[in-house]
Amino acid sequence: MDLPVQTYRVTRADLVRYAGASGDFNPIHWSERIATKVGLPGVIAHGMFTMALVGRAVTAWAGAPDAVVEYSVRFSRPVPVPDDDEGTEVQVSGVVKGETEGGDTRIEITATCHGEKVLSQARAIVRRESP
Amino acid sequence: MPLDLSFVGRTYPPTAPYQVGREKIREFARAIGADDALYLDPEAARAGGYADVVAPPTFPVVITMAASRQIVDDPELGVDYSRVVHGEQRFAYTRAVVAGDELVCVNTIEEIISRGGHEFLTTRTDVTTTAGEPVVSVWSKLVVRGEG
Repeated sequence: MDLPVQTYRVTRADLVRYAGASGDFNPIHWSERIATKVGLPGVIAHGMFTMALVGRAVTAWAGAPDAVVEYSVRFSRPVPVPDDDEGTEVQVSGVVKGETEGGDTRIEITATCHGEKVLSQARAIVRRESP
Repeated sequence: MPLDLSFVGRTYPPTAPYQVGREKIREFARAIGADDALYLDPEAARAGGYADVVAPPTFPVVITMAASRQIVDDPELGVDYSRVVHGEQRFAYTRAVVAGDELVCVNTIEEIISRGGHEFLTTRTDVTTTAGEPVVSVWSKLVVRGEG
């Protein structure tokens, strides 16, 4: 069974909370002034925050927080987060791509924002049965 | 100035132990909206066979990103951090991180590539307990954007 489509809303408040929790205080994730100065469209979400949202979808699907054996992504596009109450939306879905030699499940994940891929080559290997 | 290719293969001394706190795991789980009881409630975690609350899969980056400053701040390597963009990230888990773990990071520079005026620096951080038990290996590809 494939991963059902999940939609996650991301606001500036989420970025502030993630910055504190992760220790990544790079100002491009909270300062419009600095983000635009370095050529970004505006404040962008931490790539690792997007990766964490995908991780949520995968672990929920797998049924255990430690079912993930391997997990990798390429950050292909930034996720701009406007300074309003709505923020933006990240959509996550996944497709089962068969099994490893050891019998674990390979998943290919898609994460988009406004219809554009924000992660590419996003893959996870999930243990068939959690211990 | 281009990064010094002789740094490829270099391994740095182990970092000081990081004590994984229950409240830090809870804070991280709440920040990403993960509300499974195993992340938040020690009783539920113990009932599930874990020593304490379990960290979400990307939590190790809290530890490894801080640890990898050893590389990006190495004056001899000469990374201009203001030009760094996160390109790729990979985790290979031996087991999940749980509250109470005391973890040590060993950083290695795996690859330096120059392409299209940018430089791509791949680091690997091997995370173990202070007793040497492997927990997770974490790869980051950092893109140092070229000037102009």
